[in-house]
Amino acid sequence: MKHRTFFWFILPSLAAMFFFIALPIVSVAVQSLFVEHEQIMTEVENCGPFKCETVLQVDNEATAALREEAPLGRFNGLGTYTNRKHLAFEQVGVAWNETETFGEFMSELINLPFYKALFFTLTYTAVVTPFVIFLGLGVALAVNTLPRAVKGPTIFVSLLPMIVTPLIGALILFWMVDADGIIGATLQKIFNDPNLSLKASTPLTWMMLIVYGIWSSTPFSFIVFYAGLQTVPKETLEAAKIDGASRWQSIRYVVVPYMMPLVVFITLMQLMDNFRVFEPIISFSASAKATSLSWIIFNDLRGGDIQLFGSAGATSILTILGVAILLTPVLIRTWRDFNRKRA
Amino acid sequence: MTLMKSFAAGAVAALMATAAYAECEISSGNVNVLANDFPALKAITGTAAECASGGATISANHNKDFRNITVQALTPNPAEYTSVIVANSSIVPLLNEGLLRPLDDLVAKHGQGIPKNQLITIDGKIMAIAFMANAQHLFLRQDVLDQVGKSAPASWEEVVETAQAIKDAGIMDHPFAFLSMSDWNLGEEFVNMYLGHGGEFFKPGTAEPAINNEQGIATLNMLKELVALSNPDFLTYNTATVVPIWKSGDIAIAQLWGSSGGELLSGEGAEEGVAENTVLVGAPTVAGGSTPASSLWWDGFTIAKNISDEDAEATFLAMMHGTSEKMVTANNDAAVWLMESYVPGPAAAGVAATATAGAEPYPMLPYMGLLHQAVFEELPDFLQGNESAEKTLADIEAAYTAAAKEAGYL
Amino acid sequence: MSTSVADRRSRGLIWFTTSFVVLWIFIAAGPFIWTVWGSFKVQPDFFSKTDWRNALYGVMTTAQTGSAFTGDGYYGAWVEQAFWRNTINTGIVVFFTVVISLTLGTLGGYALARSGFRYAFWLLMAGLVFRAMPHITLVSGYLLPFFEWNVWGKLSTTIIVLVAINQPFTLWMLHSFFLNIPKDMDESAMVDGCTRFQAFRHVIIPVMWPGVITTGLFSFLLAYNDFAVTAVLLSSENQTMVPRINSFLGTVRETGDVMFAVAAVVSSMIPLFFLVLFFQRQIVSGLTAGAVKG
Repeated sequence: MKHRTFFWFILPSLAAMFFFIALPIVSVAVQSLFVEHEQIMTEVENCGPFKCETVLQVDNEATAALREEAPLGRFNGLGTYTNRKHLAFEQVGVAWNETETFGEFMSELINLPFYKALFFTLTYTAVVTPFVIFLGLGVALAVNTLPRAVKGPTIFVSLLPMIVTPLIGALILFWMVDADGIIGATLQKIFNDPNLSLKASTPLTWMMLIVYGIWSSTPFSFIVFYAGLQTVPKETLEAAKIDGASRWQSIRYVVVPYMMPLVVFITLMQLMDNFRVFEPIISFSASAKATSLSWIIFNDLRGGDIQLFGSAGATSILTILGVAILLTPVLIRTWRDFNRKRA
Repeated sequence: MTLMKSFAAGAVAALMATAAYAECEISSGNVNVLANDFPALKAITGTAAECASGGATISANHNKDFRNITVQALTPNPAEYTSVIVANSSIVPLLNEGLLRPLDDLVAKHGQGIPKNQLITIDGKIMAIAFMANAQHLFLRQDVLDQVGKSAPASWEEVVETAQAIKDAGIMDHPFAFLSMSDWNLGEEFVNMYLGHGGEFFKPGTAEPAINNEQGIATLNMLKELVALSNPDFLTYNTATVVPIWKSGDIAIAQLWGSSGGELLSGEGAEEGVAENTVLVGAPTVAGGSTPASSLWWDGFTIAKNISDEDAEATFLAMMHGTSEKMVTANNDAAVWLMESYVPGPAAAGVAATATAGAEPYPMLPYMGLLHQAVFEELPDFLQGNESAEKTLADIEAAYTAAAKEAGYL
Repeated sequence: MSTSVADRRSRGLIWFTTSFVVLWIFIAAGPFIWTVWGSFKVQPDFFSKTDWRNALYGVMTTAQTGSAFTGDGYYGAWVEQAFWRNTINTGIVVFFTVVISLTLGTLGGYALARSGFRYAFWLLMAGLVFRAMPHITLVSGYLLPFFEWNVWGKLSTTIIVLVAINQPFTLWMLHSFFLNIPKDMDESAMVDGCTRFQAFRHVIIPVMWPGVITTGLFSFLLAYNDFAVTAVLLSSENQTMVPRINSFLGTVRETGDVMFAVAAVVSSMIPLFFLVLFFQRQIVSGLTAGAVKG
């Protein structure tokens, strides 16, 4: 395709992405290198319905003058990236020097917000992604063997976890796993422990979040795999059968290789989505036990009254870097495929 | 005290309603109000909308996440909204950025009847008109207290004792609850308890944190004693969680927002005998102190700076009508109003008692929000028994310092 | 002989797969059926702190309304709270988001699939990086410019943002779909004297529908379920369903009407039922033709 034609075809799509994603990413990256001006404060008397008191208040005029001079704020270089809320070089260094054993060092590390979040994020991604792929493939293979009449409704039902608004889906599940809810009470009966609470223990909260993650993402991989199964040539399968391959062997050596490109696609999307895990943490009120990088961003922007844009920006850029690192193996593969196709 | 006076004066004031509230014909100008999303505020904007006539438009945007957009919405000129309904914490970012219009001229012209305790003044300038109050205070189950032979606790130590007695008597496993969800809620519990200990959050005259001290440790230990009497799920408890549990009769003592009072007294959806025995009392003191361990809150309206004088005047008139006697009479029990025409009902008892006992207002400091946030980020580690009080307080200060440096306060 | 071995094996296998599917259906649909059932109860039953079985028998529902089932949640959401307005807003947002996404996506995806140059690959990669950006940061960045240009709160702004955020995924999917349509088809049309765009219009468009519909379904779900963008960028009169449902859940200081939220969620699922049932075949055939050689 000529460069010129290509340009016109891709222009609208590219323009939308450029203005609404690329530019904001650049501006976020730039913003993360700056911190706010020094706030000039004066003592004033505040009076309200309850009492009067003397407090510090920002001197708007003086601050406005500073802002006029340098609208972006004070240049801080990578200072925000290395402070305690992010990579915390200083604190990590201290922890490294002062702790005796690796275990102690790790517990100091996990005490820092960024590493605590990274630890959960990586665990979640590492567990949920393979589960989603295997379970999705399993369900797709099973549904594929069903009689035609029940196939349709089964597919529909299988898609339900994906199409329920996560906000409410998680809320209802959260009530179901409550110690007095249907699942929570049943688990108490099964384990014969009246004090068992999924919400109170850290490992159980992690498990709950991970199970929710698998539950809500499996339909995506299922529907992609199911569609892929329809394209596996019947002749190849027949031939395998005639050669005496068992069902398991024909899945292992015929179906799975055929599905590899799909596995790549799903892995790509799942790694990315799981690394940005966020909604379940909010819906399950789990932030005391499990935080993620996206949750940190949310907390900087929405947690309190003052929005920390620089800090949120730095975490966002670190998230993108994290995703890029995770995806590298998959991308190298795609690059090879791309070059092979060109050749 | 002023709050209490206004309660007492309510009935009298209702008879001599000021004429200033009555006039409300706005024929030109734009009024657009940004506010949180709950019934009391909708009553105000709904009443304010009655003033529209001729070419004037009066509209309101109720959004529970309104505070995420206030600064950006008021920054352009003209601003998207002419008025924002704020509380003592959400006004802070607007003050920091200088986005609010001083109201002295408008009050002089149209608001002579506003009692002084409704005026929020900063450096001598009126920046907001408060119209309702709120505070966390104790909710008690009288029947359960009678069973263990205890009277209403006046201090947190007595709360612990009473709750322990209820637990030991085998009446309830987890007799106590407060709003300890590991988000803004938990920070508020720390602030309340620390205020009750008479602690100072910052070194005087600076934004340096000063919570790593005796009072801080005592605060943390008291919170830990309390969560031991609460359900192990306490880190997921907010208003929406605790209110239904109260209704089901599984808690005997709870520290909740005064604004939950009306719902809990009405008994809708509650088990039999719960609502009848629900008693609202003031927030308790702690560690032998005299101020209740709670913070007082107000909600009030402000007017944006980046709008025309005509719009500002129209907005002021509309909001005056919105907070007029007419609205209060029609929605008397929707909130604890500060207006003189308000007749305090039983649901206001707890807030009034807390205010009369001299509870501190929530600190309206530019950097308070950052400390509040640092508290709830680090506090769960301590409450779950993972680290010592000293370590947690040091972590809170470190987290606050990092944020405050970025925001330019340190 | 060997067939009987295969049969025997497959009988066990059928038993295994059937129970696996039944278990999966139970897991996938269980919470949803529970919700539909519970939406006809009152809050103290569905979210009972006393005994979860109350939700089955409707003890409090009977006590409060006189019958074991109640439509109060639905009445409250649809009549009192005028939830239908949010439904209309969602309809508008979803329709335009899907149409615009697909229009831009098909053109772009086609170009990416047919261009052999390296920059096409790098554009796809850039798309992935774009997709990695957490939405919440993006949205917070939009606020100030949107207020300054006076476009905040409008449905059209939200639609454009959703389209843009959705583009990387749409491009990836459609690009892999177009890769599977043989190059010869449009190239032979061009040999016959068509321009590239004419070839696209007359040759590609007629065969691309399955892939487009599948991609459209994913765009639909994204726009329909979006919370991060719509909650922040829409004013209350333009609010779509999901942020509205969230507002039923109460604030820090007030409890909300959780049953309104539950009823609204169940109602908001109904169009999805029909949509998925209707397009189910296309989803499958679309993906079949598409992503396989990804």
